[in-house]
Amino acid sequence: MIIFLMFVKKEFYHIFRDQRTLIILFGMPVLQVILFGFAITNEIKDASIVVLDQSNDASTRQITQKLVSSGYFHLDRNLQSSQELEGAFSTGKIKMAVVYGPGFADAFRRGGGAKVQLIADASDPNTANVLTSYATAIIRGWQAERLGITQLPLTIKTDYQMTYNPELKGVFLFVPGVMAMILMMVSAMMTSIAVTKEKEIGTMEVLLVSPLSPSIIIIGKVVPYLALGVINAAVIVAMGVFVFGIPIYGSAVLLMAEALLFVVTTLSLGILISTIAESQQTAMLFSLTGLMMPTILLSGHIFPVENMPWVLQWLSNIIPAKWFIIIVKNIMLKGSGFQDIWKETLVLLGMAAGFIGVSIYRFKIRLE
Amino acid sequence: MMDRGTVIATEDLSKHFGDFIAVNKISFEVRRGEIFGFLGANGAGKTTAMKMLTGLLQPSSGKAMVAGYDVFTQSEDVKRNIGYMSQRFSLYEDLTVKENVRFYAGIYGLSWTERRRKSAELIDRLGLLEVKRDRVAELPLGWKQKLAFSVALIHDPAIVFLDEPTGGVDPVTRRQFWDLIYEAAERGVTVFVTTHYMDEAEYCERISIMVDGKIEALDTPAALKRQYNAKNMDEVFLKLARGK
Repeated sequence: MIIFLMFVKKEFYHIFRDQRTLIILFGMPVLQVILFGFAITNEIKDASIVVLDQSNDASTRQITQKLVSSGYFHLDRNLQSSQELEGAFSTGKIKMAVVYGPGFADAFRRGGGAKVQLIADASDPNTANVLTSYATAIIRGWQAERLGITQLPLTIKTDYQMTYNPELKGVFLFVPGVMAMILMMVSAMMTSIAVTKEKEIGTMEVLLVSPLSPSIIIIGKVVPYLALGVINAAVIVAMGVFVFGIPIYGSAVLLMAEALLFVVTTLSLGILISTIAESQQTAMLFSLTGLMMPTILLSGHIFPVENMPWVLQWLSNIIPAKWFIIIVKNIMLKGSGFQDIWKETLVLLGMAAGFIGVSIYRFKIRLE
Repeated sequence: MMDRGTVIATEDLSKHFGDFIAVNKISFEVRRGEIFGFLGANGAGKTTAMKMLTGLLQPSSGKAMVAGYDVFTQSEDVKRNIGYMSQRFSLYEDLTVKENVRFYAGIYGLSWTERRRKSAELIDRLGLLEVKRDRVAELPLGWKQKLAFSVALIHDPAIVFLDEPTGGVDPVTRRQFWDLIYEAAERGVTVFVTTHYMDEAEYCERISIMVDGKIEALDTPAALKRQYNAKNMDEVFLKLARGK
């Protein structure tokens, strides 16, 4: 036990004496959360639009007013002719144009043919999609208001409710994602580098020749990163709560317990990498391309998994981060208890056990 | 000579990796306090043989006793009674001299008081008192090497295994390093050393030369030179390696 503690102490010396390690361990999480929270956002707020109103009657002015007052749109200016449309988009500042056909109010009152066209700048397809659907919804809303009691009995009324994240805040989605990414980096990459470093400088050989058992050596190297990973998870959650106002509806204890499990999973992945890689560079490359990229792309953190081809959807199941993100979202935003997430928890547990198993197997092969 | 006792003894020790025979039935004995040179070209199997003797690798067949313990069944006891130093010095550059010494003393299970006493004694003996709080990275190469060697001996092992301890080191530092080896041998420590430098082979009491997994020659440097009718060890080595 004393030997083990000494080993852990030595590992902390390594971590605290290397500035690069420190920056990655403590600078990155804060930086990433701030970046993702403030800068990179999918939210639509004050998108600049232009209006070409060929009727300029009470109805069209009302609709425009409704669009602008929704908060999603900002009226840049009114256009006079359709020739100006091209020019308006070419600056890139205008995201959408609303074009009312001539005689809008009359046509609407007569019961047909009131035309409004939405032209969106689809060079950014996601934004274009969101903008047109928001605008459509607002126009429909106006229509429903106007029809009021005269509404036909057989129409379908779509009612939106953005539940769990009513304001559609991107940061709600990014915090679980960033947490998964940071923990992946700290646990998997940093441990695999730390272990291969010992191989590279030759100290691993000396440790293996000593009476220390290999499991003590590995656990001793990993425990500090376990602690740092959990601290990081707590820092990220705290930043989410206090800086971005994300609620934690579920149990914070359960959340941290799941974070601990995820750290263990990624640590065992890091150990597995270190049994394969002989040098720090290889370990880093492995971690970055083999872990970070799939984590970013396939975890559902940036791109929704449901929209991917089935091969990728299937592939996304082997990404530990995917399961962790589901767990975190459920606990934080939906207030889920353990009974709702036990399956995902089980998947992570299974993965951790698998990685450790393969690592031990590979380690034994080396010694035989 | 005979009364010194045997500390390493192997009999038909072999290691196979699939079809490849890395070490092919080697048998030899090393006596207490002897400086035993273990030579061979790259790929001749000396690293594999050394790994088996230090308990890093399970042998395929044969017998081997190290420090009185069987490497097959008592590898833990073997590990406790040997020291090891690799080519790369195996010190932590970002730890201080004192931290390194205490850490290595600790992994060999020395008690807290023993660790303090031994560390202080070692640092004092090597004249590193002034720099004991400096990080190892800042020490000159020769000092690092001395420190690494002394650290390998901190738990008073019966045998110390040195894996190309002077690789990439200048001749003056090498010479000083060999003084340390002689001192250790005089205290009764058996030194088992691999090297690429043939002038160093001459410093050994006896040497073995491995070619393709087998020990092709084993004797004192003088006897080997006579036997192969060679002026120096370089020639002996070339004749053996080329003969195959």
